[in-house]
This record gives sequence, C-alpha cells and structure tokens, in this order.
Amino acid sequence: MVQAGIAGKAAPVSLKDVTKTFAGGVVAVDNVNLDIDTAKLVTLLGPSGCGKTTTLRLIAGLERPTSGRVLIGDSDVTNLPATDRDVAMVFQSYALFPHMTVAENVSYGLTFSGYGKSEIRERARAGLDLVGLRGFETRLPSELSGGQQQRVAVARALVLEPQVLLFDEPLSNLDAKLRRQVRDDIRAIQRDLKLTVIYVTHDQEEALAVSDEIVVMRNAAVAQTGTPRELYDAPVDSFVADFIGEANLLPCVIEHVYDGLAAVTVDGYGYDLPARGLSPGSATLAVRPSRIVLDADVGFEAEVSKATYVGVRMEYTINASFGAIFAVHDDVQAPLSVGQRLKVAFASSGPVLIPKE
Amino acid sequence: MGRRSVDPASVKSLAELRTRRATHPNLILWLTVGWVGYCILPWYGIEDGFFSFGWLFDGYPLDEDYAPAAILIASGEKPWLAPLLLALAAPLAVLRRHKTDAAYSLTLMATGALGLIWLAAQGFGIGIRGYSFDWLNLLFGELGDRQFGMGMGGLLVAASLLFTLTHGIAARGAVNGDVFVVGAIGGVVAIVAAFVFFPIGKMLSSAFVAEGGGYSAVVFASKFFDDRLWGFGCLTGGRCGAAWNSLFLAVLIGSLTTVIGLVFALAVTRTGFRHKKLLRALTVLPIITPPFVIGLALILLFGLSGSVTVFVSDLLGTQPTRWLYGLPGIAIAQTLAYTPIAFLVLIGVVEGVSPSMEEAAQTLRASKWHTFRTVSLPLMRPGIANAFLLGFIESMADFGNPLVLGGNYDVLSTEIFFAIVGAQYDQGRAAVLAMVLLFFTLSAFYAQRRFLGRKSYTTIAGKGDAGIHPLLPRGLSIAILSIAGFWAVFTAIVYGMIVYGSFVELWGVNNTMTFKHYVTAFSVKFNESGIRWTGAAWDSFWTTIKIATIAAPLTAVVGLITAYLLTRQTFPGKNSFEFGTMLSFAIPGTVIGISYILAFNVPPIEITGTGVILVVSFVFRNMPVGVRAGIASMTQIDRSLDESSLTLGANSWNTFRKIVLPLLRPAILAALVFSFVRAMTAISAVIFLVSAEYDMATSYIIGRVENNDYGLAIAYATALIAVMLTAVGVFQALVGRVRIGRRTDFVPGR
Repeated sequence: MVQAGIAGKAAPVSLKDVTKTFAGGVVAVDNVNLDIDTAKLVTLLGPSGCGKTTTLRLIAGLERPTSGRVLIGDSDVTNLPATDRDVAMVFQSYALFPHMTVAENVSYGLTFSGYGKSEIRERARAGLDLVGLRGFETRLPSELSGGQQQRVAVARALVLEPQVLLFDEPLSNLDAKLRRQVRDDIRAIQRDLKLTVIYVTHDQEEALAVSDEIVVMRNAAVAQTGTPRELYDAPVDSFVADFIGEANLLPCVIEHVYDGLAAVTVDGYGYDLPARGLSPGSATLAVRPSRIVLDADVGFEAEVSKATYVGVRMEYTINASFGAIFAVHDDVQAPLSVGQRLKVAFASSGPVLIPKE
Repeated sequence: MGRRSVDPASVKSLAELRTRRATHPNLILWLTVGWVGYCILPWYGIEDGFFSFGWLFDGYPLDEDYAPAAILIASGEKPWLAPLLLALAAPLAVLRRHKTDAAYSLTLMATGALGLIWLAAQGFGIGIRGYSFDWLNLLFGELGDRQFGMGMGGLLVAASLLFTLTHGIAARGAVNGDVFVVGAIGGVVAIVAAFVFFPIGKMLSSAFVAEGGGYSAVVFASKFFDDRLWGFGCLTGGRCGAAWNSLFLAVLIGSLTTVIGLVFALAVTRTGFRHKKLLRALTVLPIITPPFVIGLALILLFGLSGSVTVFVSDLLGTQPTRWLYGLPGIAIAQTLAYTPIAFLVLIGVVEGVSPSMEEAAQTLRASKWHTFRTVSLPLMRPGIANAFLLGFIESMADFGNPLVLGGNYDVLSTEIFFAIVGAQYDQGRAAVLAMVLLFFTLSAFYAQRRFLGRKSYTTIAGKGDAGIHPLLPRGLSIAILSIAGFWAVFTAIVYGMIVYGSFVELWGVNNTMTFKHYVTAFSVKFNESGIRWTGAAWDSFWTTIKIATIAAPLTAVVGLITAYLLTRQTFPGKNSFEFGTMLSFAIPGTVIGISYILAFNVPPIEITGTGVILVVSFVFRNMPVGVRAGIASMTQIDRSLDESSLTLGANSWNTFRKIVLPLLRPAILAALVFSFVRAMTAISAVIFLVSAEYDMATSYIIGRVENNDYGLAIAYATALIAVMLTAVGVFQALVGRVRIGRRTDFVPGR
C-alpha cells in the first residue's frame, strides 16, 4: 500500500510527576506534570540549564525518568527505549549522518519500519517534497547550506509519521533572517499535517511566534503554562514577566481594592488595574518598556540617564526615585536628551500586578 | 511488519505489539550455537588443531578424543558433562514467554550462571590425572578417569551459556534492557577475565608455591628478599639488584624520551622548520622495527668490533672496550626506540594548546619567551607527565634490548626469562620477579590514570580556533632544531647500519659485500612439484604472517566494541570495566608470557604450544591500542548522531553497524595496522610461547643473535621491516579512506 503524501498520526503526550536526577545528585527535572494535546505545537521555554532539553529527551526516550510516568497516546512508554517509541526528533546540531546522502538520511528510519524498498523511496521523496528539497537526493549533508541541512533533518523525522515530533532548538544554528522563514515553515507543516510538536527554545520571541501553548521552565520545574497571550498579559511571577518580553518590575503600594480593581501608587502616581486577588499593601508591578509613557502630564518624577538610537525606535534608561527603568519610544525624530527631567506614566493597558511569590 | 503501520487505526497496538511479541531471535541463535557445540562438535581440544579437520575422518563421532559431549554421555563416558544438558535445555522452556515476564529473565540468568559455574568447576576440578585437588579425592575417592582441555564444543557451549546469562540480565532491565550492549559487556568481561586476570592471578599465586607443592609464605619471602633483586652492591663497586636497575633505567628513559619527544614536537609545530613531514615519517620507523634491531645496529656501530669502536681505537691507539654492553647500550637503544612514542603523545598536546591562549598572552605584553614559559609550557604539563610515564612503562617492559645489550646490567624482564628458561628453572622466582615488575608498571599506570587521565588543558572545541601558534624565541629555536637534527641524523645512521649490515659477510672481520644472508634465509627452489621454500627463515616467517593476520582483525573487533561501550554507554561498574580493559597495557610482555604458560598448559584451557596461544596473547597485549584508537575517534563523532539514529527506530546494534562503524574507518585502519605490526615485532611475550611448530620471526632472530649469527639476524630483520611497510600500505588500500563531502571532521551536518 503506497501512500503518496505524508499523514499525521498525532497523539497526545503526558508527563506525570516526572523527576530526573542525574548521577551526582543534580536534579534536572523536578516533579514535572504536562499534558500536551493532539495536533498542538507546545514550546518548552526557559533559560539554559532549566531542564527543558532533558524534558524533551525524556519524551524521546533518550533518558529514563528517575520517577514518574511518560505517556504517549494511551500507552505508558516510561520504560521503552527511544528505538521502540513512536517519536521522532530534530536535533539542535541536526545530526545528519555525514556518510550518507540526503536520500539515505531521509530513508534511514523507514528501513526499520518494515516498508518495502519502493515504498521507502516513495515516502522519502514525499518527505523531501514537503520541505522543498526535491532534486537534492544524492547530495551529502556537507554539500548543503545550514538551512537545507535543517530541512533534511525535518524531512527525516516527518517521513516516519511519528505520534510526536520533537524539536531541540532547531533554529539556533541559523542566521537571523533564515530563522523567521524556517520558523514559519515548521509551523505551516505542523498545521497542515496536524502534528503534535514539542519544541524547545530559549528564545521567547520564537516561542511567542510559533506556539499554541508555552511551558515556561525554571530551575527544573514548570514556572507557568499558557497560551502566548496569557503568559504575556498575566505572568504568574516576576520571572515569567521578565523572561517573556522583558518587563520593568517596579515597587508599588496597593491603596485599596474594589470589585477586582486595585488602585496602586508608584512614587505618588496613581493607576488602576486588575487586582488579581491581591490585597492592599506593598506589591510588585510589571510594566513592559513599550507601555511606559514618557513626558506625560501626570506621573512620577524621573530623569533621562541614557538615550540610544537603534533605528526603528529610541531606547531610554530613566532614573526614578526607586531605581532605573527601561523604556522604548517610537519617536526617533525628536528624541529626549540625557539629563532631561520629566514625568513618567503608564499606558492605559499593559501593566500587571505580580502575585506574591 | 514494522512498528509504523500504514494503517493509522492500528498504530498504537502495533507499537505495543513490537514490545510484547515473544520471539527472541538472538537468544534462539545462541541456544542453537550451544546445542551445536554440545551435540555435534568435538568437546575436547584436538591435538592437530580443529581446523585441520583430520578428526572428521579419524573415528569421529564415536572416538573418545573427537566425540561431542552428547555422544560421550550417551556411551557412558564423562558423566560430569551431563548437567550442562540441563543448562542448555531449561531456556527452551521459557522461549515463548515475554521478556518482561519474571520467569523468563530468572530462568535465563539462573541457567546461564549455573551452567558457566559448572563448566568452570568441572574444567578445573578434573584434569589429566583425575581430580586436580586432593580434597576432591578425599571426598569422592579416586576418579579413575581424566580429561584434557576443552575444544570447540566446549567453547561454543561456554559462549551460549554466557549469552543466555546476558539475555537474562538484559531482560531484567539492565542498561535499559539492551540485549546487544549487555551481551557485549558480558563478552568483553568474560574474555578479559579468562585471558588477563586468570593467568595473572595464577602466576601471582605460583610465587607462593613451595617445591613439594602446597603454599608457603616463607618460600615467597626468601625469593622476594633476594639480594639479586634488591641489593645495593653497585654503590660499593659490585652489582645492584635487578629491581633497582630496572627502576633507574625506566626513570632515565622516561626523562630522556620525554625531553627529546618534546624537542621534536616543538620543532615541528613552533619553528620555521621546513621538513616537518620528513620528521614525522622518521618517527614511524621505530614503530615498525622489532625492538631489539636497534640494539643490533648499535652493536655494529659501537660493539667490540663495531665500526666506530674500531675507528676510534685506531685513531687514538687505545684498546676497544665493551662499554656498550650494560646500562649505556640499553639506554641508547631504548631512547631511540621510545622517543617516537613520546613524540606522538606530545605532538597532540603541543598542537592542542589553544593558539588563542598564547595570542592572548602576547596581547597582554608577554614576550615570546615569557609566553612560552608561563603559558604554553604549563598548559603542556599533563601531556609531559603522560609521556614520561609511557616511556617509564615501555622501558620497564622492554625485553629485546636488554637481552641483546644487557651485559652484566640485570633488569627484571630478562631476569624473568632466565629464571624460567635457564639452568635454574625456578618458576617461583620468575613469578616473584614478575610480581615486582608488575608492581612498578601498575604503579606508573595507576599514577597516570589517577592523576593525569582526566586532567587535560588541551581542548579541541567545535568552534574554529583561528589563531596560529607563535614561534619559539630564536635562541631556544636554534637549540631545539640542533638537538632534533642530531637525533634525526643518528637515527638515520642506525637504520643505514641495519640495511648495510645485512649485506656484509662477517661484520668487523670480513667486510666484503654479499647476498649470502638473504640466500640462507629466503632461498626458494622451483621444481616439478612447485615452489619449495628452502630458506631457513621461511617457516617462522609464514607462521608470523599467519598469526599476525589472524590476530589483527580480532584485536580491532574487541578493541572497538570495548571503545563503543566506554564512550557510548553507561552501566554500573563502568570504571572498573575501563580499568580492567586498559590494564593489559601496563602488563609487561614477559609477565604475560610467563603467566600464559603457567595458566594454559593444563586443562581446562590447554593451548600452550599451539598457534592459538600466540593469537590470544597478541589480542590481549594489543587490545588497549585498539580501545584507545576507538575512543579517540568515537569522541570525535557527535553523540547526537547515535541518538538520532535511535529516535529513528534503529536499535543499538543497527546504530553501531550503520552509523558508528562507517564513521570509524580511520580507527579501524589504525587498530588493524598497529596490531598487525605489533604482532610481527613483539618479542617479550612471544619468546615464552613459541614452540617448534609455531616459531615466530622475532624469536628466531633472537636465537640467531644468541649464536652470534648477526648477518642472518639483521638480514631477516631488514626483510621484516620491508614487509611491514608493505603491510601498512595494503591495509590502507583495503580499508579505504573515509571521505565525507569536502570536510573531514565528523561534526554532524554543518
């Protein structure tokens, strides 16, 4: 039975109380619970050393959890080695076999799947078509550009029609321009074939752009899970607020809470926003650099200490009584000058209160 | 049917099926091997060799000497082989069970382990004179029967039992239940135990054996505290003990080779020297030279009737002296022989020091001399210590040069030899000497691994290090080039002497040129029945080629599998495993030789006097080299290549075969060439193990030297060197070179 195209056979993935401790007592993954739906692209995001790659390798079967269970589809795969799991992975280094041609690389996994010779060829060609590399079959990986190698690695994983497709920082070896394009290609293929994709990155912009859902990890544990918008608009703590899209964390005082709205003051400047369950007292306010209004009529006192021109906008560092604030402004024609004293306010939406940690 | 079905509906169930199915093709294979060994092949070793196949027409299968175990049992002979039948039969009962079934793994483990224990117990317990131990006689009475060493049948049954055991262990979940990896570990552990630890243990215990049998600490003490071993006579004008002599020599050689090796490495990398390729080629020469050949050339130069000696004594009108024989001769010969090893270690270290470190030092205003002294040299320190210890071990273990040049300077390796082949024939003394020698080399080996093994400042990162090494300061550069030049010229003269000497009638007496020696050694006659190899050397020559050709691929296989396990797998006890496999590197050949004849001239493994013992000794002597070559190139291959192969559905065996092995071709070539060459040039272990039927080239040459037949010896040695040069070329062509696109590094993809 020869199929021309490549279909998705996506399955959900769950991690139940998964902990991974390496020899020497380093806890790489600490009691992580995840539920990843079928045909969703989920990103594991976090700074280096947060355990996101180990989590990915646990799903791939390249590591075994110290405790907890891994489920793919309905079956418990905790004790299955990578060989016997129905997953495929695209490595950061691509891991193309240097002694095999592009076609041989793409067919490699198929030869262990019980297909006939002609079907293997058919499927490999379909995979290369999908990533736009028809005609490159006889090349060696070393004769391809970085972007092409990346696409071969994707094709090699796709042709197996895995239940889950894993990406380990797939864009980190590409230059900035190519990144956007490959990122969009991956997302398009994932949507077309309805694949379950788990994607590891440390780049928050990349994560925001491609994900259905983002899992932010910190210190081997999950810090927050949510859609890109949820994470951006309602970070659960200052770490997430700062990691997703940068934020100024300002000390503030909640004067009173009424009907879910809190009235806060920052250095005498009053502002109303959702209370998120906080009660009056001192608190932390997260404000994105773009949500800061400079030279307003009402606001707190500050002084411009640094002004940088970066082409599309101006970047300012502003000293207030409680510390430095980072702000950006679109007006590059009439920039503020260093030393200028001014009043600073917040835009009408954007700032959020950070729940107590 | 594979795990990835074409029908989407059945995907999950197939993925499960793949792990639930209850056929174990690999186990069935090994059980079949076991049954073939038990029922078809001769159980005991065959005197003329299994592969002569003479036994097929000489009463097989009913003759007691050639019968398989099953027939022996059926005819009521050797009843102690019967329990093995149980061990081979029990696994059949669980073949249908799934591997996660506890009964499956327990049955396999129990039958495998008990079978192996029984196999060993009957082998050691019953020998050629009935029971091997008195207490067995007391317990069961005289046996009235006997048995010889195990043969092909026994070997296959042992392998079958071993892999049954590893299947059981894998099914229990060891190393993620990987049958191939657990089997490979089991296999390597078993052969290293049988052919390294068992003979060494046996040798060590024989140091305690008193004359009438039985063990005695007093006997050991008297032999151990012998004045010939530890005496300080040389301080008062007499002779020192062999232990002190060996130690002093080894320290001297370690220092000399390290200094000269470093000089060479610096000359090649950090001076404007043009003929670097020539220098590198020169360093290959000693590797393909039998160790004592340099000693022979030195005799031709500086011996009593040597050219230089005669020339100088004529010039000065003095009497020629025998100054060469003793410490000076051994020291010169060993320095010449082992400097290339130090060079090979140090060139890696010297090149490995990141140029950006040196460039950084220079931008920080350090002068060239300062940079060298405060940055380059300290970074090379671990490599320097490493080279010293290697030179130390090699000098300790060297046998050929002290034998040829030793004079009155006794060293341990030759003393061992004379203790066992000389008039005194004293096994206990040989064992004690071997213990002392082993203690020295193992201490150095341990020091090297403990303090240096992991400590290396040199890094070859994936990131391109674009800098270039700065040149040495001018004064140092000149000094280094002149030392290197002197050494190179000296080496060239020594090798020139070897070739020249092989054409001289009788050195120092009759200097006419002749082909006589070659004719004696390698003459060939043609008659109607074909070619007749009439030369005196042909026998040992063909034996050497045969043994080396068999040993080389075996060494490569064992070495590379071990390297794969060490670099790519994690399992409990890995450190001891590594230490055990690298240990034989530190065991001097003479020690291996004597322990092999002590351990393998009685059942159950009775291979003394056969070609097998030579092959086995080469495999385990040279295995560390294969392991190192394998490790070196496997660490160059990014681990993500293996991992991606695994996630693509290949198992570890397929990954090894399709990904790791093809990328390892250079390492395979290196291991093959090196073990072949070492098998041809080795002397220290070989000299104990050769027999009339299996004489090796090197021991034949040594025999000629002892008869003062230098011409023939040198002609033969020259021919050997030529053969080895050819062999290196042929191997190169056979294995081929890996070409991967335009780039030669194994970083995946990019």
